[in-house]
Amino acid sequence: MSVIVFADTRGEKVAKSALETLTYGRKLASKDGASLTLVTFGDASVDKLAALDANKVVVARNIGDADSQQLTRLVADVATKEGATWIVFSHDDTGKAVAPRVGAKLNAGEVAGAITLPNDQGLIKRNVFSGKAQAWVELKTPVKVISLLPNSIPVEAATGTAAVEEYSGDLGTAKVTVKEVRKAGEGIPLPEAEVVVSAGRGMKGPENWGMVEELAKELHAATACSRPVSDMDWRPHHEHVGQTGIAIRPNLYIAIGISGAIQHLAGVNGSKVIAVINTDPEAPFFKAADYGIVGDAFEVLPKLIEAAKKLNAER
Amino acid sequence: MKAGSLAMAFTYRLVTFAARNVPHSMKILVLISHVPDTTARIAFTNDNTAYDTSGIQFIVNPYDEWYALVRALELKEAQGGTVTTITVGGAETDPTIRKALAIGADDAVRVDTAPKDGHDVAAQVAAFAKDKAYDLILAGKETIDHNGSQVGPMLAELLDLPFISLAAKLDVADGKATAERDVRGDVEVVECALPLVVSCAKGMAEQRIPNMRGIMAARTKPLQVIPAAATEALTSTVKFELPPPKQAVKMIPAEEAGKLIELLHSEAKVI
Ligand SMILES: Cc1cc2nc3c(=O)[nH]c(=O)nc-3n(C[C@H](O)[C@H](O)[C@H](O)COP(=O)(O)OP(=O)(O)OC[C@H]3O[C@@H](n4cnc5c(N)ncnc54)[C@H](O)[C@@H]3O)c2cc1C
Ligand SMILES: Nc1ncnc2c1ncn2[C@@H]1O[C@H](COP(=O)(O)O)[C@@H](O)[C@H]1O
Repeated sequence: MSVIVFADTRGEKVAKSALETLTYGRKLASKDGASLTLVTFGDASVDKLAALDANKVVVARNIGDADSQQLTRLVADVATKEGATWIVFSHDDTGKAVAPRVGAKLNAGEVAGAITLPNDQGLIKRNVFSGKAQAWVELKTPVKVISLLPNSIPVEAATGTAAVEEYSGDLGTAKVTVKEVRKAGEGIPLPEAEVVVSAGRGMKGPENWGMVEELAKELHAATACSRPVSDMDWRPHHEHVGQTGIAIRPNLYIAIGISGAIQHLAGVNGSKVIAVINTDPEAPFFKAADYGIVGDAFEVLPKLIEAAKKLNAER
Repeated sequence: MKAGSLAMAFTYRLVTFAARNVPHSMKILVLISHVPDTTARIAFTNDNTAYDTSGIQFIVNPYDEWYALVRALELKEAQGGTVTTITVGGAETDPTIRKALAIGADDAVRVDTAPKDGHDVAAQVAAFAKDKAYDLILAGKETIDHNGSQVGPMLAELLDLPFISLAAKLDVADGKATAERDVRGDVEVVECALPLVVSCAKGMAEQRIPNMRGIMAARTKPLQVIPAAATEALTSTVKFELPPPKQAVKMIPAEEAGKLIELLHSEAKVI
């Protein structure tokens, strides 16, 4: 019996989401007395992989920017060989494309975007209605697939000395090939950010975003925006959060000059703490907020930047 | 016309064909789901086991409508071809399907069943599409009620097709699709030969409001209702719950705005 965790270990640092899936997999494995096998791909060093918290690591080298069909073959093959009962992914860009495919390939039920471990009845909770409600899902199949919503469980640090095995099966060639990657620049990627500073139409125009960016910089935060702001090209599209943009769940979401329309809230209501700055005391966002300031962004932002600088100087 | 010039004309044809790059007319299938309006009240009935649909307005899932369907129509308008929609659901989804026809789809298919889960939707669509040779199958990034992002990749697997997820731009030329994806803040440009499945996200197209002619035409466009394939549920949603109500918001006077930063640090401990 084994629990399989798929994690992307490319890049200099192992992503927090990968450590979260390992923590989740470790807990499933210890509950069932199963072993934990990490499946990954890329060129990470054996030392780095061995130090991750697993009993065994299987790595597929030389598949470059593998596509979802290749990764599905890889995970399904290892899962079958190891007699997997659980297969855990992160609900990130890769996991969203591969976890359902693995489920379909193995005829295994999948919980997309799980936010809890299974409870006593084996039910797993996930967000539905864009975070406005939750559902408890039962997996009815012997092999169960999970994609874990980032930032849902705390990472429990652990180190191991796993045996690292090179995958030798045939994964075919990638049908979807990457032609170019246009780097977004220096900032912190929004889906991974723990703190997000977001602004809306209340900022009046793109020329006023300097303050928003400065506050974000002081707070080591990513920047985000409401839909009209990206529709008017005041800000890039990838900053748009909400029902039709991306959904994020940072520890802190600061909303400046955003009314808090239900479609906007749908993308941010999973945030642990929400702070709202708005001139209108009746703005709906205050109902979803933990902290609020009724005031003009152009007067409040400089005060926040100053306070953040002071805090940074003190620690 | 002499034989020689005929042959020349024929060759000329071939040359212009290649040079002008006359595209192959595409067969496109778009998955359309029926979801509560984005502002709909969320409440549950039957001991929190079912969504309370009373008084709820249903719409075409925004990702399916604004992005997948409209982009499919743009590709068809530029290159020729057909756009068929498919929906897995009961007769209550017909008005939503007619809306998609009013926006411009040529015809629609409804698989007549209440889907058991995302896998069931994918299995029903796969059973219909497997022998139809679609060049392109477009789904939305996710439904705004179920939020699975599951159906697209599951369908791709069941049909053994490549899959591009979260495409924000999509073009087709020379039998190849090129897409841009927003991943981790970067833009990734990917390429894949047809046929394939694509899940569509914001950026792909602008919203189209159906006009009167479209609405009239939609009434008579074909909507074929087909029986469901036999499937087994792999998952089941046992119950729903609403998140606990938020604590009252703590207000800070604007003059003391800096205090917010202190509270976020010392009280909320998030910075
Ligand atoms: C199907 C559908 C999907 C949608 N999806 C999304 C989505 O994904 N994301 C999204 O954001 N929206 C979405 N919308 C749009 C949404 O309904 C709102 O229109 C939008 O969120 C409003 O953006 P805003 O708050 O920036 O602008 P506004 O609603 O114009 O609000 C501006 C706010 O700024 C305040 N303000 C003005 N001046 C100042 C100042 N000097 N200082 C401080 N505050 C000030 C005002 O009081 C107001 O509350 C969607 C709509 C539909 C119909
Ligand atoms: N019942 C359905 N009928 C047709 N297409 C669907 C249905 N449910 C979901 N889809 C498609 O699959 C996409 C992803 O849905 P989901 O996996 O539920 O997030 C949607 O955006 C639709 O394009």
